[in-house]
Amino acid sequence: MPKGYVPVIFQETDPYQLFNKQKDMVVLNDKPWNIEAQAHLLDDFITPNSSMFIRNNGRIPTKINVENWRLTIDGESAKTQKTYSLAALKSKFTQHTYQLTLECGGNGRSEFDPPAKGNQWTIGAVHCAKWTGFRLKDILEDAGIKSDAVYIGYHSADSHLSGDPAKEPISRGCPMTKALQDETLLAFEMNGKDIPLAHGYPLRLVAGGWPASVSGKWINRISIRNIVHDGTKMTGTAYRTPCKPVAPGEKVKDEDMCIIESMPVKSLITYPKSGAMIKEGTSLKIRGHAWAGELAVDQMEYSIDFGANWGKCSLDKPVNRLAWQHFSVDIDFPQTGYYEVWARATDSQGRAQPMLVPGWNPKGYLNNACHRIAIKVS
Amino acid sequence: MDQKSHLLKLLQSTLNFLFVALGLVIITSTFLVYFMIDPTLSVFESKEDVLVSTITENRNSIENGIHVSTGLIEAEGLMVVVNNCTNCHSSKLVIQNRMNAERWNTTIKWMQETQNLWDLGDNHTIIVNYLTTNYPPQDKGRRQNLSQIEWYELGN
Repeated sequence: MPKGYVPVIFQETDPYQLFNKQKDMVVLNDKPWNIEAQAHLLDDFITPNSSMFIRNNGRIPTKINVENWRLTIDGESAKTQKTYSLAALKSKFTQHTYQLTLECGGNGRSEFDPPAKGNQWTIGAVHCAKWTGFRLKDILEDAGIKSDAVYIGYHSADSHLSGDPAKEPISRGCPMTKALQDETLLAFEMNGKDIPLAHGYPLRLVAGGWPASVSGKWINRISIRNIVHDGTKMTGTAYRTPCKPVAPGEKVKDEDMCIIESMPVKSLITYPKSGAMIKEGTSLKIRGHAWAGELAVDQMEYSIDFGANWGKCSLDKPVNRLAWQHFSVDIDFPQTGYYEVWARATDSQGRAQPMLVPGWNPKGYLNNACHRIAIKVS
Repeated sequence: MDQKSHLLKLLQSTLNFLFVALGLVIITSTFLVYFMIDPTLSVFESKEDVLVSTITENRNSIENGIHVSTGLIEAEGLMVVVNNCTNCHSSKLVIQNRMNAERWNTTIKWMQETQNLWDLGDNHTIIVNYLTTNYPPQDKGRRQNLSQIEWYELGN
C-alpha cells in the first residue's frame, strides 16, 4: 500500500443529520454517500428533501462560495464561450418551475441475477421534487448553438474518490433534443428553497424522465459538443444497456452497449407500508405514484392474485410533463389470509411494467418490475 | 431622619451586592475546581458518546465474527481487504456486491486502469479468495419472495 493512504474505516458523521434525512432512509454506501428511500417514505405528492435518495459518484464539494460561482458555456459547437455569475443568470433569464421525476438508472439493481456490479438499490432511488431555475435552452441559445451541435456535456465541482484532481467523478450529458426541451432546467431552487448541498447546491441540471445521472449536480460548465459527449461515465458500460437483448450473465462488448435515454414505465405503492394487517370485511385504500420517462402513464392497475386478475386504479394527470402521476384504489379481499398487492402501470404507448425482473444487463439498469406489498387479512 | 434612612438604604444595597458577588464567586470557583479534576467535563456527556469513542478506539476489534469498523466478515485475508479496498470507497460497496472470481478480476482491473488503484501484487489472489469465499453470488431467480416483512396492525 503506497504511503499517504489511510484506510477510512470509521464514519464519524451521522448522515441523517448531515443531509437532513429521515431515519428510515437506508444508507447503501458512505464513501461515496449513497442513500435510498423506502416506498412508504415517498408518499408525498412533492418529495421533500428528507425522503430524497442521494447518489454520488465522487466526493461532495465543500466550501462553496456562491458569490464566486461561475457557469461557463463552451464546447466545439458553442458560437461563443460565455461565463455567468449566479446573479447574472438570475437577472438575465426567465425563471420556470416544474415538478420533475428523477430516477437513478440503477434503481432496482439488487434484483438482477446474476448480480450486477454497483450500489444495490432496491426501489427507493426515485423522487419528484419541484425545481426552479432557467431553461437550459435559453442559456445555450444566449451563447449560440452551431448547426453541428449533437450533445451537451456537464462538468461539476465534485472531486474524484481517489483524490486525483485530474479525474472527474462524473461528466455526463444528453442529446440536443433533450437539452432544448422546455422542462430541462438549470435549477437553483428545490421545493422553494436553495437546493440542499447533497442535491447539487448551488446549480443543478434537471432533465426529468432520464436516468438521474444526466441531471448533474454542482454544475460549473456545460459544453456544447459536436460529438456524443465522451466525459466520465458516458463511455464503456456506464449508464448503458446491451443494444440487443442478451442472456443472463452474458459478456457484452463495450461497442455493443447503448446509452440509456428515457426511463421505462414504473410505479410505487407508497401507502400503506408493506406488512399491513387488516380485519376481514374492511376495504384497503392503497395509493402511490407512476411515471414513464418521457411519456405519460395512461393506465394503472392492481392485482391481489399474482396477475390472474387486474383491477383499475384511478389515475391523476401529471401536474406538468415529466412529473409523476398519483393513483389510488379501494381493495376488497375475498377471504382471510396472506395477500400481495401488485401495481402495474402502462405508458402512453401501451407498454406495461413486467411482473418479472426484465432483461438482464451487465450493469443492472432499468429494473421496472411491478412493485408489491404484503397484506394479511384476519 | 432622612439622612439616617438614606444611609440605611445605602448599607442595605451594598450588602445585597456583596451577597450576589459572593454567590457568583462560589459558583465560579466550584466550576473551576471541577474543571481541574475533569477537564473534558465527561460527566455531562451522554452514554452514547462514550460508546462511540470506545468503538473509535477499537478500530480493528472483532465482534461475533465481524470486523466492527468495516462490517466485513472475519476470515483469512480480512486485513488485506481492509487495507487495500476501503481507501477510496466504503466497505459497504464491497459487501453489497456479489461476484465470482472472473468478475472480481475484471472489476479490480477496471479500478487499476481508471480509478488509480495500485498494483496489488500477491494480495490480488488473497483479496479475490476472501471475496468469493465470504461473499459468494446468491441465486435469486426471476423474482424473489417478499422477505423481512414487518407486520403491523393497520387501523381505519
